[in-house]
Amino acid sequence: MLRIGQDVYDAIVAHARRDHPDEACGVVTGPAGSDQAVNFRPMLNAARSPTFFEFESGELLALYRDVDERDEDIVVIYHSHTATEAYPSRTDITFGSNSPDSHWVLVSTRDPEAVEFRSFRIVDGEVTEEPVEVTNGKM
Amino acid sequence: MAIEVRIPTILRSYTGGEKSVEGKGDTLGDLFSDLDARHGGLRGRLVSDDGGLNRFVNVYLNDEDVRFLGGIETPVADGDVVTILPAVAGG
Repeated sequence: MLRIGQDVYDAIVAHARRDHPDEACGVVTGPAGSDQAVNFRPMLNAARSPTFFEFESGELLALYRDVDERDEDIVVIYHSHTATEAYPSRTDITFGSNSPDSHWVLVSTRDPEAVEFRSFRIVDGEVTEEPVEVTNGKM
Repeated sequence: MAIEVRIPTILRSYTGGEKSVEGKGDTLGDLFSDLDARHGGLRGRLVSDDGGLNRFVNVYLNDEDVRFLGGIETPVADGDVVTILPAVAGG
């Protein structure tokens, strides 16, 4: 299960809406081993594409440095789908197997009125959806 | 002196859990072959079948993405630091 504060949830959805029709991407970090998604960090989509995302390489390096220095984990990796459902694509599954310890959050912005926010684990090419519990916590 | 190579969590199964290993070579490709002699299978996670860099990893030479240097042919030297990170991407 993914437990996530309302503020972080809203920040992810707002980022996805803002970058629509391109895919938005980013992470939420938290204390190592805690599984707490507390520190929201939007990332640049180097692909700037409606169908693909890739963390910009300089930002990726800085992200890992910071996470190491602060003794944090990348608890959530999120990105948006802008025309399709919030479910991992084949490409997501291929790359996702690289990051089996993170929750993969997908947001779909295909409907401007309705929020689709779902969370998955991707391990060895296997996708497992998990429940999302939104809490009142602050970032 | 040698070249320090920083290994991401996902690949530490090849290095006996070590975060950082040392190797030698004149190019990144040589370095990866040298590492593979002691950490069997590692090269296969870094280099694709066509001999180029695997697109599932980002490789940095002293904090520069090697895709903007010479890719697998990028010259390396003693004292350099190579950082490997899992690419985060999807569709």
